[in-house]
Amino acid sequence: MTVSNAIRRPAPSASGSDAKGLPKGRQADRSRASRWRNMVWVLPAVLLLCVFCYLPLVQNLGFSLLKWDIYSGRQTFIGADNYLKMFNDPIFWKSLLNNTLYAGISIVFQVFGALVLAALVEGLPSPRWRGALRAIYFVPSAISLTVAGLLFYFIYEPRMGILNAALETLGLGNFAQAWLGQENTAIFGIIAMSQWQGFGYCTLLFAVALQRIPSELFEAASIDGVGPVRRFFFISLPLVREMSSLMMIVTVSGAFQVFNEVMVMTTGGPNNSSQVLGTWLYRSGFVRNDFGYAAAIATAVFVITLVLAVLQLRLAKRRRVEW
Amino acid sequence: MVTRTSVLMILGRVFVQAFLVALAIVVIYPLLWMLLNGVKSNSELFANPFALPETWRWENYVTAWNRGVGDYLTTSVLVTVASTAATVLISAWAAYGLTRVKIPFNRTILILILAGLMLAPTVALIPLVKMFQALGLYNSFWALLILYTAFRVPFTTFLIRAYMLDLPLEVDEAAAVDGASKARAFWQVILPMCRPIIISTILLNVLFTWNEYLFAMIFTSGGTLQTLPVGLTNLMAKHGTDYPVVFAGMAIAAVPVIVLFFAGQRYFIRGLADGVGK
Repeated sequence: MTVSNAIRRPAPSASGSDAKGLPKGRQADRSRASRWRNMVWVLPAVLLLCVFCYLPLVQNLGFSLLKWDIYSGRQTFIGADNYLKMFNDPIFWKSLLNNTLYAGISIVFQVFGALVLAALVEGLPSPRWRGALRAIYFVPSAISLTVAGLLFYFIYEPRMGILNAALETLGLGNFAQAWLGQENTAIFGIIAMSQWQGFGYCTLLFAVALQRIPSELFEAASIDGVGPVRRFFFISLPLVREMSSLMMIVTVSGAFQVFNEVMVMTTGGPNNSSQVLGTWLYRSGFVRNDFGYAAAIATAVFVITLVLAVLQLRLAKRRRVEW
Repeated sequence: MVTRTSVLMILGRVFVQAFLVALAIVVIYPLLWMLLNGVKSNSELFANPFALPETWRWENYVTAWNRGVGDYLTTSVLVTVASTAATVLISAWAAYGLTRVKIPFNRTILILILAGLMLAPTVALIPLVKMFQALGLYNSFWALLILYTAFRVPFTTFLIRAYMLDLPLEVDEAAAVDGASKARAFWQVILPMCRPIIISTILLNVLFTWNEYLFAMIFTSGGTLQTLPVGLTNLMAKHGTDYPVVFAGMAIAAVPVIVLFFAGQRYFIRGLADGVGK
C-alpha cells in the first residue's frame, strides 16, 4: 500500500487525537478542536440533507395550511381547510384505494410469488441455469419505468398491441378490450405492468437470502426423506421470514409512492379512475395550481411512508439471524 | 410404490422447468418486440404485431436520434456521471467521518443521514419547486444534480458505512504510524479498500439516475435540457403517430442499462442484497 512507503517520521500527529506528550488539559483541548475539525467529513452530506430534504419536509407542513395560487403568488392562511377538503375529496380516496390495490397485488406477486419463484430457481440443479434465469428475470427492473410504461401502453393498445392479438390467436377474442381506456381496467393494467417490471428484483433478493441458508440443513432434511415442498415450508420459509417482512414493507412503501408509470400510461385517467396519490398531488399542484392542497396530499404520503419506515427499522434491527 | 413417487417427482420437475422457461419468455418477449418495432414501418406495426419486419429500417434509430433522443442521451449521461460522482464522494466522506474519525454528536449525525432513507421525494416536491425557483435554479442542470445527490446520499452512505465498519481499525493505526494524515489515509488506504462496495454504489446510482422521472419531469420540463425518461414522453407527445421512431427511442434508453447490468451483475447483486436491510 502507498502509505507504508510514505514519509516516515516520528508521527507529530496530523490527526490531533493522538497528541502525546502534551499536558492533560491542552491535550483535551486539542482533541476537542480536532474533533470539530473532523466534522468536515460529514458536513457536505449533512448540509445537503438538511437543506434539500428536511427543510422542504417542514415547509410542506406549513404550505399545507395555505390557500396558495402559484401564478398570482397569493397566499392566505386557511388552517386545516386543505385537510378537510382532502377528506371530502372522492378522488383522494380513489387514489388511496388504488395505492392500496397496488400494495396488495404487489405483495401477492412480488413478495410471495417472488419467494416461491426464487425457491424454484434455486432448486434447479444447474448453476448456469440458476444464474441465467435470475439475470433474465431482473432485466425489466434495470430499464426505466418510463420505458416499461410506454412499452405496456403499446402492448395494451387495441390496434397494434400484442395483448389483444394474443387473445384473439388463442380464441379468446371476446376478452380483447381497450385495457387502459376503460375505468374498470386501467389501474389493473398499470399494476400488471408493475409486476412484470418488479418481480425479478424481489426474486433476486430472495435468491440471495436462500443461498445464505447453510446447505447442510437441506441435505439433512433430504436424507430424512423430507420432500422439496415440505423443505420449502419448514426450512426456507422460516429462515427467510425476516427478509420477507422487509420486502413486504419495501414493496408497500413503494406502492404508496407510485408516480412514473401512471403518468406515462394514463396520467390518472380515464376520468381519474387510475389516479394514485402521487399523480393526484401532481395534478392538484401543477395542473390545477392549488399548491396548498397538493402539500396536504404530500403530508398524507409522508405519514403513510413514515409509519412503514418505522416498522421497517424495527424489523431490520431484529433481522440478524444466527445459525 | 417407489416408481410412482419418482414418476411424480420427474413430472413435477419438468413442470417447474417449463414454467420457469415460460416466465423467462414472458419477460424477454416484450423487450424483443420493442427492439423489432424499432426497425419496422408504421404500417407493418399495425398489420401484424407478431410479424418480423420485411426490411430492417435501422434509419428509425437515426431519426429518433435526430428528433431529440441524441440530446436527451447527452443530458442523461452528463447528469448521471455528475450526480453519481458527487453522491459517491460525499457519501464515502460521510461514511469515513462516521466510522473512522472522532466527531462530536456522532450518533445524531448518523441518524440524521440515515433517516433520509425514509423520505419519499413526493413529500418534499412542492417546497423544492419553490426553493429552486427562488434560487434561480429551476429548469437547470444544477437542480437535477443537487436533488439526485441529496436524495441518494443516505442510501449510498448506508452501504459504504456498513462496509467500512468491517475494515479493521489496525489499518488506520498503521497509516497513522506511517505519518499519514486522515485525509491521506482516506484517499490512499480506506477508499481503495472499499473498491467493491464503491463499484456497487456507482452502479446502483447510475441505474437510479438514468431512470429517474419525477424530479426530471418537474425540474426540467420547461427547459431545453431533458433526460431520456422525460424526453421519451415528449417524443411520444410530439411524434406520437410515428410509432417505430418512439420504439427506437425506447430501445436507445433501455439498452445501455441492460448492458451495464449484465456487465456488473456481481456488484449489482451485492449492493442490492446489502441495501435491502436498510
